[in-house]
Amino acid sequence: MSIRDKLSALLGFDIDFDAPVPPRKTETAAEQTPDEWRFSRRIMRAGGRRLGAIYKILGVICSVVLMSTLLLTVAGMPRYGVDQEYMDTVTYEYISHGMEYTGAVNIVSGIILEYRAFDTLGESFVLFCAVSCVLALLRADGADSEPERVEYRDISCDPILRRTMRAVVPIVLLYGAYVLLFGHLSPGGGFSGGAVIGAALIMIASAYGEDVSGRILTERVFKTVTTCALSFYCLGKSYTFYTGANGLHSVIGNGTPGNILSAGLIMPLNVAVGMVVACTIYGMYRMIGQRRF
Amino acid sequence: MADFTEAIKAALLVLLIISATAAATAKKTLPAIIIFSSFSLIMAVVWALLESPDLAITEAAVGAGVSGVLFFMAYRRMGMMSGGKGDDENGKEDDDEHKG
Repeated sequence: MSIRDKLSALLGFDIDFDAPVPPRKTETAAEQTPDEWRFSRRIMRAGGRRLGAIYKILGVICSVVLMSTLLLTVAGMPRYGVDQEYMDTVTYEYISHGMEYTGAVNIVSGIILEYRAFDTLGESFVLFCAVSCVLALLRADGADSEPERVEYRDISCDPILRRTMRAVVPIVLLYGAYVLLFGHLSPGGGFSGGAVIGAALIMIASAYGEDVSGRILTERVFKTVTTCALSFYCLGKSYTFYTGANGLHSVIGNGTPGNILSAGLIMPLNVAVGMVVACTIYGMYRMIGQRRF
Repeated sequence: MADFTEAIKAALLVLLIISATAAATAKKTLPAIIIFSSFSLIMAVVWALLESPDLAITEAAVGAGVSGVLFFMAYRRMGMMSGGKGDDENGKEDDDEHKG
């Protein structure tokens, strides 16, 4: 039984992959359509009507179920401000003992990198997976290794843009580094700092054009930085979990809250997360824009 | 003073709803992207007023900055795919203006 028969049996109508695709309305548009689009167009045409009806009904059912579930859940929650004795235990614990346990003055950083560090690791890996998918899909190599010549007016030689960027980019980079390094003391942390640094890299790339932006972050640097940061996060957090769970003495102390070198591993972990985020943002920009590093 | 802050908060929330609706219902893609960026900017201010500066920094950097740029790049690529035009009639003219 071929895939086609299975699909036909599943959907309840015959899919004819071999049917000739009627030409589109304009010849020029049809010429420029990539081959891979034709396949999906055939499927769409084969069962467009019936699939559309099923799709709409299923969509409505899914939305109603999801909405009612969420609304019922919200209705079942304890009222805000009332019944605090069992609502606020975790919050109370975080606020009253958070600084003592984690050493972080910024309690948000303490929570996301100490109490819930596993979530943050997962988020970093989500970013890593996203940029890997973008690389796999959009990167121009192999058969079509010729980099696309983008047909737009090159604004990278614009003197106004360059002057502005020359003044702005150092400040943005400095701010990003500050947000990263002081994540455990003041508002900020890995994600926000990394996003600011990534935005600064995009600024440089857009103001100084192809020749400079190719040198900022080569593919090798990208791979090395991302892998090393994620590995460091895994190892450092494993160490903390191991010593914490087994009640062992950790070599990395909490230090004095308020000092730049305090709060255990939170600052290095912030830097690791920030590097992954910055690389992800810049990599996506390059992949969507130029399809290569 | 408290009334003033409350008034600003209310105005920002109304603007938030308006921009969210406008971004979802905009006919053309390019205005939708710009409205979405402004939505993120208003959201960042609202986060700051709600006393969560962590989120405000992230929202301003990611929502208003980076995702807007990525949307613009994707929009340009979309225009190139269908033969030099976006879904707008004057997509080519728009394309020239929004790099960076």
